[in-house]
Amino acid sequence: MAAAESPQQNPTSRFEPLLRAFLVVPLAIALVGSCQSTPAGKAAIDLPDPSHSGPVNLPPPQSGLPPDPMHGQKEEAKGYAVPKPPLSKEYWPCSDCHNESQPPNRTRRELKDDHTNIHLHHDEANRWCLDCHDAENRDVLHLASGVTITFDESYRLCGQCHGTQFRDWKSGIHGKRTGMWNGDKQYLLCVHCHNPHSPHFKPLKPEAPPVRPNLIR
Amino acid sequence: MFQHFIQFVTGAASHALKGSRTYYTWVAFLLCLITYGAWGYAHQYQEGLILTGMRDQVMWGFYIGNFTFMVGVAAAAVVLVIPAYVYHWGPIYEIAIIGELLAISAIVMCLGFVAVDVGRPDRAFHLFPIIGSPNFPRSLLSWDVMVLNMYLILNVAIVSHLLYSAFFGRKPNNNFVVPLVLLSIPAAVSIHTVTAFLYSGLAGRPYWNASILAPRFLASAFCSGPAIILILLQILRKAFGLQIKNEAIWKIAELMAYAIALNLFFLVAEVFKEFYSDTHHLIHTQYLYFGVGEGRGLALYGWTSVVATVIALVLFLVPATRKNFFTLNVGCVLLYIGVYIEKGIGLVIPGLTPDTLGEIYAYTPTAHEVQVAAGIFGLGFLAFTVMIKIAIPVALGQLVYKGDGAGPVSSPDTNDAHGAHVGV
Amino acid sequence: MLTEKPETHSCSGHAGESSPELTDEAAAQKLSMSRRNFMKHSAIVAGAAAAAACSAEDLEKFTTHRLREMTQPEVKALLKRLEADYKKKFKKDVDVRATPAAEGVKFGYALDLSRCIGCRRCVHACVKENNQSRPNPDGDRNNPIQWIKVLEMEKDKGIDLSDANPYYNPEEVPREGHFYMPVQCQQCENPPCVKVCPVQATWKEPDGIVVIDYEWCIGCRYCMVACPYGARRFNWAEPNLPADQVNTNTHVLGNRPRPKGVVEKCTFCIQRTRAGRYPACVEICPVGARKFGNMLDPKSEIRAVLESKRVFILKEDLNTQPKFFYFFGI
Repeated sequence: MAAAESPQQNPTSRFEPLLRAFLVVPLAIALVGSCQSTPAGKAAIDLPDPSHSGPVNLPPPQSGLPPDPMHGQKEEAKGYAVPKPPLSKEYWPCSDCHNESQPPNRTRRELKDDHTNIHLHHDEANRWCLDCHDAENRDVLHLASGVTITFDESYRLCGQCHGTQFRDWKSGIHGKRTGMWNGDKQYLLCVHCHNPHSPHFKPLKPEAPPVRPNLIR
Repeated sequence: MFQHFIQFVTGAASHALKGSRTYYTWVAFLLCLITYGAWGYAHQYQEGLILTGMRDQVMWGFYIGNFTFMVGVAAAAVVLVIPAYVYHWGPIYEIAIIGELLAISAIVMCLGFVAVDVGRPDRAFHLFPIIGSPNFPRSLLSWDVMVLNMYLILNVAIVSHLLYSAFFGRKPNNNFVVPLVLLSIPAAVSIHTVTAFLYSGLAGRPYWNASILAPRFLASAFCSGPAIILILLQILRKAFGLQIKNEAIWKIAELMAYAIALNLFFLVAEVFKEFYSDTHHLIHTQYLYFGVGEGRGLALYGWTSVVATVIALVLFLVPATRKNFFTLNVGCVLLYIGVYIEKGIGLVIPGLTPDTLGEIYAYTPTAHEVQVAAGIFGLGFLAFTVMIKIAIPVALGQLVYKGDGAGPVSSPDTNDAHGAHVGV
Repeated sequence: MLTEKPETHSCSGHAGESSPELTDEAAAQKLSMSRRNFMKHSAIVAGAAAAAACSAEDLEKFTTHRLREMTQPEVKALLKRLEADYKKKFKKDVDVRATPAAEGVKFGYALDLSRCIGCRRCVHACVKENNQSRPNPDGDRNNPIQWIKVLEMEKDKGIDLSDANPYYNPEEVPREGHFYMPVQCQQCENPPCVKVCPVQATWKEPDGIVVIDYEWCIGCRYCMVACPYGARRFNWAEPNLPADQVNTNTHVLGNRPRPKGVVEKCTFCIQRTRAGRYPACVEICPVGARKFGNMLDPKSEIRAVLESKRVFILKEDLNTQPKFFYFFGI
């Protein structure tokens, strides 16, 4: 249940507010519209489960994802019409907890009380929460340069390391677009498919195979 | 003129209805077969081709295999007219008529097999000009339908003219019939070539996509077609007292030996190419002779075909066995079996197995397919029986128009065999 | 050509698709009709035959000609007739359109083999979207159809069709040591299936989609024999399409319910793509392996793939020139 499992991590006394730093737990179900909390230990972001949405019921071009009343406009400025990031209603906005009452604890450590469902498997030897989440304002992320960005623009954060994927994503090769091939389309954010804390794709149960010809009567 | 035609038809029809017990039994048997097949087809029409063993992986099967074989028979039957003419085998018109009647019957079966194979027979008219939209000349299947029908019409025209003239005791109009006979010979070659092209033009099916396919088709046709004709000639000369010399039959057998040798040579050329180059395309040949994975059912047929053809070659090549009617007929039957497998299931099934994505579906015809095919064979045999029953007596001058008032009658039968053995 | 009067269409209430309840007698009548139709040429004779032996709706089907040759009102009448048929059959309103190809559009498709995990979401999304015949597990006359076939192959062996397995069914995919290759209609620029069709019932549209006229196909399956990609499917029996599963947004050359005895295949979801939307398989793919767009548009995703990735096509030696490209994104 550790965000970072390096043994040298030495949790300090005041970890309570830091746990809140991981408010942004984008939960899998955000994509399919229900907002139950993820059981502890479950990946924070799952693959969107397509079995829940047949093609006939695919989201219409303009409303790919359930509206999130608590957050965000589409990020149009950069030209990437992204759906809302899969932020958890339970935790968002982060600043509900991570406010003046909880000064940030910048010490790298294992989180034991909150956000225990997060397993960091994303270069965990070198990174931890505050490498991406901004310590001062938990409602935003920050780039390596220190520039803060909203969750809508999280692809900029990912793109810092994953340059080729970012390039491919921008041209529509990496990732998925829905909507109109010749008009309005939505680019899924990296985090819609990859759990930022554990980005490797999870295996799926395949749907039924075709019927063998010798069994067709 | 029209009255004459009516008399010709009624005369022929009444003759076809008269016959010995053997004749009636044979015809009744064929009618039963046709009914059986028609019943099966009605069922298929209702339920769909799901009743066959064909599936998306192997979408052509027994029907199209039989079609291909029968095109060969149709082609070879007529080409036999050339040696008959060159070697003076005897009554050239009679031999031409037998060949052409066989061709007509074979084409009837061909069209029957195509008709039962299509999913929407109610739309078959789409194949024809004016009322349909034939994809001519791009589609080889369109070509095939076209040339087969033209060939059918051509043969019907020739035979009708010859018989019509004979019936009324006139000499056939050579200005009309000779060019048509001459035309029917390249037409015979072309129907089989087109049928071969129908397969060999498909780049996605390497087993067929070989330029040797058309020559192989012709070579094998000159095995199977004459094999049938040899047996027919023996039956017919017994039944009708047709003046066909033994030498003629032996000559055909000798020519067939060349055809068999050529056919086997083409096979060897093809098999060598496949095995020596040892590409992925080899798998189709392997499927035929050895089987691949669980689908091994074809190997027995593959080897039967080869062995039967080789034995037939020996029997036709050695003068002693060629001139012995027992071994000759054994050779004919073996050859028929060999080519029937080679051109039927041995051509169609391995060409489609494994499918283009490598999947192996071991197709075997269902009882239903055999039932429908039996009906079509019945139809073809019946057509041939009835036509030959009328044609030979007419051609021999035994069934002629006896002047006004008297109507058409059979001439006093000088031939004891006539009627007794007709049509087997 | 048999020119048909629009009235013939409009007077029709209904023309049942390949009536499953057809009696043998009716079958024989239909056959004899087609024969007459062949021998004779004019609609008058066909009409007489129909009056004698068949119902008006049968006549109408016989006198219908190819969609490609129809005038605008004739197409409209056909769509109306089909909609009436479906209304009767499925008890719901099915919208059948004939949206034509747009100018300056040539559709292309690319599939990232390094992403595909073989989950078959695309296969089943396609079945639903395109009204394919569903399996009927306990029944005879089963006619299950899937336009997409996903092949499982071993990484050790690379792309080797002779070793491909379309029937894999493990608990989880991707399986260790395996990769997956979905195959569907490649929408060839030089399509062998179109070339061989004896009745011109299948053709390539201006936007590059190869389509089938289900009212004209005679079901000879020569196109399936000619297709090097195993992309075409035949309705071996009456399609099994439960009324509650009908996708009512249809195109006449695409996903409208098909009759028994005709061939069908992927059309790049013509009903969606001609309305500007992505194909169903693209939108469902959970790994974003599927890319689609207008190849004539330099800003499209498909152009980006073609310009920045090394793509390959299946069986390029056959010169079929597919507009379906495969690539390895990583």
